[in-house]
Amino acid sequence: MNIPAIRAEKLTKRFGDFTATDAITFEVARGEIFGFLGANGAGKTTAMRMLSGLSRPTSGSAAVAGYDIYKQTDLIKKNIGYMSQKFSLYEDLTVRENIRFFGGIYGLAHDRLRDKTAELLSRLALGGEADRLVGSLPLGWKQKLAFSVAVIHEPAIVFLDEPTGGVDPLTRRQFWSLIYEAADRGITVFVTTHYMDEAEYCHRVSIMVDGKIVALDTPYQLKQQFHAASMEEVFYRLARGAKRGD
Amino acid sequence: MITANQLVKTYGKKGGVPAVDQVSFSVDRGEIFGLIGPDGAGKTSIFRMLTTLLLPDGGTAVVDGLDVVSDYRKIRRIIGYMPGKFSLYPDLSVAENLRFFATLFHTTVEENYHLIRDIYEQLERFRDRRAGKLSGGMKQKLALCCALIHAPSVLFLDEPTTGVDPVSRKEFWEILQRLKTQQITIMVSTPYMDEAMRCDRIGLIQQGCLLSVDTPKNMIGAYPDDLFRVKAADMHGLLKATAANDRKTSGYAFGEYAHISFEKGTVTLTELRSYYSRHGFSDAVVEVSSATIEDCFIKFLSN
Repeated sequence: MNIPAIRAEKLTKRFGDFTATDAITFEVARGEIFGFLGANGAGKTTAMRMLSGLSRPTSGSAAVAGYDIYKQTDLIKKNIGYMSQKFSLYEDLTVRENIRFFGGIYGLAHDRLRDKTAELLSRLALGGEADRLVGSLPLGWKQKLAFSVAVIHEPAIVFLDEPTGGVDPLTRRQFWSLIYEAADRGITVFVTTHYMDEAEYCHRVSIMVDGKIVALDTPYQLKQQFHAASMEEVFYRLARGAKRGD
Repeated sequence: MITANQLVKTYGKKGGVPAVDQVSFSVDRGEIFGLIGPDGAGKTSIFRMLTTLLLPDGGTAVVDGLDVVSDYRKIRRIIGYMPGKFSLYPDLSVAENLRFFATLFHTTVEENYHLIRDIYEQLERFRDRRAGKLSGGMKQKLALCCALIHAPSVLFLDEPTTGVDPVSRKEFWEILQRLKTQQITIMVSTPYMDEAMRCDRIGLIQQGCLLSVDTPKNMIGAYPDDLFRVKAADMHGLLKATAANDRKTSGYAFGEYAHISFEKGTVTLTELRSYYSRHGFSDAVVEVSSATIEDCFIKFLSN
């Protein structure tokens, strides 16, 4: 049980002569909420794609949920969940159909899927909307449903790529309570965001600039280290000198 | 400079839920007016009606003295519009895009270069690069240049900072502040509540309805409750204790603090401190605080 959820060592990805992710080294503990911050184009998405088994690193090593990211990508995909603002659910399927689809993809047995569906509908108070097309739901409901579906198989780790972009302030907070609940159940949360107040909700935060991790600590320690009043200020100081955009 | 009067837009069948529901507001000359609300609130529909790209189902709107329905041709000549989605020609270079838009409006880049100099200088080294190959931040700056090159009297910017990192967002707002000094009226929308403070006046919008229109300062001043901020080592636990307080009017996470509000004069700082220590947070730091625009927005939502 002492294996970290994520262990990356000098993880690097080059596209031609461009080094998107440049020898990043870090560990994420089990059950931790880890904020993965950086300016546009800093290399976050490339790093996330490698960690989720979608992109082969150029060099370096990493293990996710104890599985090697070169040799065991299939096992990694079974043991993680993924959600982004851009892709999350099928708009032309109903709420219930989406749950069944993703549950099926992740190999949940029939009985378990039935229980999970009921549990999920009641937790999100979506019982009355179960047979509505997802496309007709307000964005906030979609995002909460997308998150719940991404962890329907109780994965070791869930990757969230800007999950709260554009949602209203109340829904954003409800979304974070779902994140906290998942972390309490032992699911490790790896999250990117452009909202600096959300950086405060993470146990630890890393900040990437031009492909490298330039800071990694608890929000409190980072503010101390950079003599900053807020995470916004920490971010601004580090990322202002960035040479590249996305 | 802009007046919207009871604007209504409904998509789909008659009698459906309106995307924009009797929205009225006005924007003065030289003002930065921010329309602030989440995705799906109706911001883009309002922009498209004011820029004459969408016909209202009800109500009227006037831009620089011109009616958005009957004078649409004239309005199109005097406004600059930057849509939320990147809409330049990806296969034309930076310089070609700019020249194209100048020519469309029967002007030249040279004639109005003073308006875009600050921004264009940052793009100069990419002048021969195709627009489609630019970074997100650079695309945004080019789009702003193209919207400005005919010296419009009103600039409409629909979510120019969505998905943009905090550093680029800050730079973008600095550019807008400089444009304001050139007497250009700017109407801008954003889902980021912290950007409200950079506007002269704002309208908060949710589900097609304007919740409030005022200066950010007045809006904060009008927050009706007493607001406190609290922090402790165990923030997750502290938030649960905050949610469990049944005398509060609202209680939510706000970055490193939790904000908790009570009807004016009903709870003292001492009472609140003892509430948190009774709930096992002897280390809790409890302070009187002022509201943010986000507190105001949440307050309007829960009313």
